[in-house]
Amino acid sequence: MSDDKLVGIVLVSHSAEVAASVAELAKGLAGGAAAVPVAPAGGREDGGLGTSAELVAAAAATVDRGAGVAVLTDLGSAVLTVKALLAEGDELPEGTRLVDAPFVEGAVAAVVTAATGADLDAVEAAAREAYDYRKV
Amino acid sequence: MLDTDFFRRWMTAAAAFVDREADRLTALDSPIGDADHGSNLQRGFTAVRAALEKEAPDTPGAVLTLAGRLLISTVGGASGPLYGTLLRRTGKALGEEAEVSEEQLAQALRAGVEGVKTLGGAVPGDKTMVDALVPAVDALGDGFAAARAAAEQGAEATTPLQARKGRASYLGERSIGHQDPGATSSALLIAALAEAAAGSEGVR
Repeated sequence: MSDDKLVGIVLVSHSAEVAASVAELAKGLAGGAAAVPVAPAGGREDGGLGTSAELVAAAAATVDRGAGVAVLTDLGSAVLTVKALLAEGDELPEGTRLVDAPFVEGAVAAVVTAATGADLDAVEAAAREAYDYRKV
Repeated sequence: MLDTDFFRRWMTAAAAFVDREADRLTALDSPIGDADHGSNLQRGFTAVRAALEKEAPDTPGAVLTLAGRLLISTVGGASGPLYGTLLRRTGKALGEEAEVSEEQLAQALRAGVEGVKTLGGAVPGDKTMVDALVPAVDALGDGFAAARAAAEQGAEATTPLQARKGRASYLGERSIGHQDPGATSSALLIAALAEAAAGSEGVR
């Protein structure tokens, strides 16, 4: 936290609209989050529902400021694609991490935390804690 | 010994089988999945076929790692990273040798299947690809035809199972009575391997 590099956040959904909207929502709910690099990676490159490894890799590259990248996913192929890319070793920026978190609530928590200049561990912890937020 | 051309034939045969069976795979994926398995794999293996022609990888391991990378990047569904991991792991385990033995392939494929199990978290009996791949690898010591038969039996044996992984698992007991599309396409991949082997016997 000694330097001012912000953690980047990638939001991977089967749907381009969901990924983009959740990115917008998270930035909107997080005061002062304008500086946080957030990139959606939704759907397939042809616009259909699914996961594109290319879009995920491109999104991660655009948000990488050298402080690590937190990747949040919805389900199924989104999770498996990110895991497979991480296993490749060189497809994603160094310090990229799949964060185990609920997609919407986790994204808000991650962006809010990243906006404070917190490091990747803290951003990941905040996003994971969103699982504990019970609604009833 | 199995040379680079054998592995290229394997992938080409897999692409042809997926083309032929795409509608069936998608039909199997309709009641318990999202009805895209055939078209997803078709997109992936079409890309594999094109890349193998263009890039001409020169070792068995390189053929499979290239194919795996393309499947991860082009399929768009969960089968992309799963099949991609299967082929990449297998290819990496084959190393950089110009020819490999059937025994080496069996060992490498076992490493690939372990990669699939780790990535997806599935074990035999979960109604997944693993139910066709594990018996196939176990039978490979008895030859390619035995592996093909074992994979097909394994795929058919998924019908009475309840899905415990993937989208089908949301259906609970309603997933019973349908053959798993992933196990079915896995059997196609192993059938393509036997096809490549039969082709090389014909040439000799």
